[in-house]
Amino acid sequence: MIHTYQMNGYNIVMDVNSGGVHVVDTLTYDLLQYIAEPVPETCPPEALAALSERYAEADILECYGEILELVHAKVLFSEDTFAKYADFAVPSPIKALCLHVSHDCNLRCAYCFASTGEYGGGRKLMTAETGKKAIDFLVVNSGDRVNLEVDFFGGEPLMNWDACKEIVAYARSIEKSVNKKFRFTMTTNGMLLDDEKIDYLNKEMSNIVLSVDGRPEVHDNMRPCPNGSGSYDRIMPAFRKLAALRGDKDYYVRGTFTKHNLDFSEDVFHLYREGFDQISMEPVVAPADQPYALTEEDLPAVFAEYEKLADRILENEKNGGWFNFFHFMIDLDHGPCAIKRLRGCGCGNEYVAITPDGDIYPCHQFVGQENYRMGNVFDGTFNQELKAKFAKAHVGTKPACRNCWAKFYCSGGCNANNYFYAGDILNAYDLSCQMQKKRLECAIMMQVARYERKQSAE
Amino acid sequence: MKHIQTINKAQLAVSAAKGGCGQCQASCQSACKTSCTVANQKCEHEKKD
Repeated sequence: MIHTYQMNGYNIVMDVNSGGVHVVDTLTYDLLQYIAEPVPETCPPEALAALSERYAEADILECYGEILELVHAKVLFSEDTFAKYADFAVPSPIKALCLHVSHDCNLRCAYCFASTGEYGGGRKLMTAETGKKAIDFLVVNSGDRVNLEVDFFGGEPLMNWDACKEIVAYARSIEKSVNKKFRFTMTTNGMLLDDEKIDYLNKEMSNIVLSVDGRPEVHDNMRPCPNGSGSYDRIMPAFRKLAALRGDKDYYVRGTFTKHNLDFSEDVFHLYREGFDQISMEPVVAPADQPYALTEEDLPAVFAEYEKLADRILENEKNGGWFNFFHFMIDLDHGPCAIKRLRGCGCGNEYVAITPDGDIYPCHQFVGQENYRMGNVFDGTFNQELKAKFAKAHVGTKPACRNCWAKFYCSGGCNANNYFYAGDILNAYDLSCQMQKKRLECAIMMQVARYERKQSAE
Repeated sequence: MKHIQTINKAQLAVSAAKGGCGQCQASCQSACKTSCTVANQKCEHEKKD
């Protein structure tokens, strides 16, 4: 299977099963539209007939020879040989926890999927005791996985600061004896950040996700305080300070764009100008009847904006600037292995969320869905059947993914979005797929542009 | 080649044979939380060794 597209003056050909990316001339691009698998050893007569008005026959045949060479090298129209790895789809050790230390929040974001932090179950904070139980649960269920991740999540996790520190201290105290390495991360709105917390987080957290939507008016419109006032001015000095003191550790400023800011490249560049160089900006996921929700009709504008963002980032690099945009980040040579890509996000199997009551859910987005409650860390219950169901949710079992060119990049999408917006974890949520594909096309185009720039510099 | 330039090593199938150690980060933990992009994650296999 191949995927061909044109962007920014490039003709790009992706070979799905090998991961090969090729830049081709117009003749090759046109010729490929006439080639189907199995690829014949001689140029199809209909291709010759159709293209001979525009191209010399000798050129067409020469081009076909190059195509065949790549086919024989298994980097074009390469075979799907992944069926033999079917045993990857079995329950695996758990390696990541989303720890809901606070089902409460000090902001009232309009698009919050967690019902302003309480997840429909009332405002609660996790006790340190529950957090420690969750750590024990992770260790016991982690098998041979050495690197274990714990994300302090909410609501707003800083509303439960002392418990966060106690949980970290506990995990660090057992790290050596259980032969694990804990990597803590936190996703915070920044409202309670102060110097002491910044210092601690920069020491203990391997990644920090700082929630900010971009331009002040865009941010304040969607992320107000409970009294309706804006939160931008409150959080930004602390975010800037945290990022500046972060050293070489990971962080992201992470925003959400909605129908209200379809010009979101302005928000990305606003964050860049504010001094951040690790930026993530995601489309809102919301029911279509919400005024801020992205719908099918917004897609042309979203696509154009992604292309504009890609162009602006390339232009910025040409001028000596640099920042990383999370959703255009792609390493075509050293990315994750194909098994990881086949497995997908791992929710409900390698990754679970734990609530203040110690309830276990497949991920943070499923919290509160009673039919997806997998167990509880106090009574020792853990639904292995449900775990096996999530282990089997991958690109091979999702009908829309099987023949999709993007399957090794998105790995089957978000199971929670599939469940909430397409009715089943195995149904692809088309709106999300379409935006994901556009982001991938942009990301790969940017790699092509960088490759060419490097070549011409050498 | 005159008409085609390949810009990467195209080793997805090779990576499958050597891969699957599972030591890498869970993708949702990095910076998304509402969508899934797996291809931008790092391989941790060498670090483990």
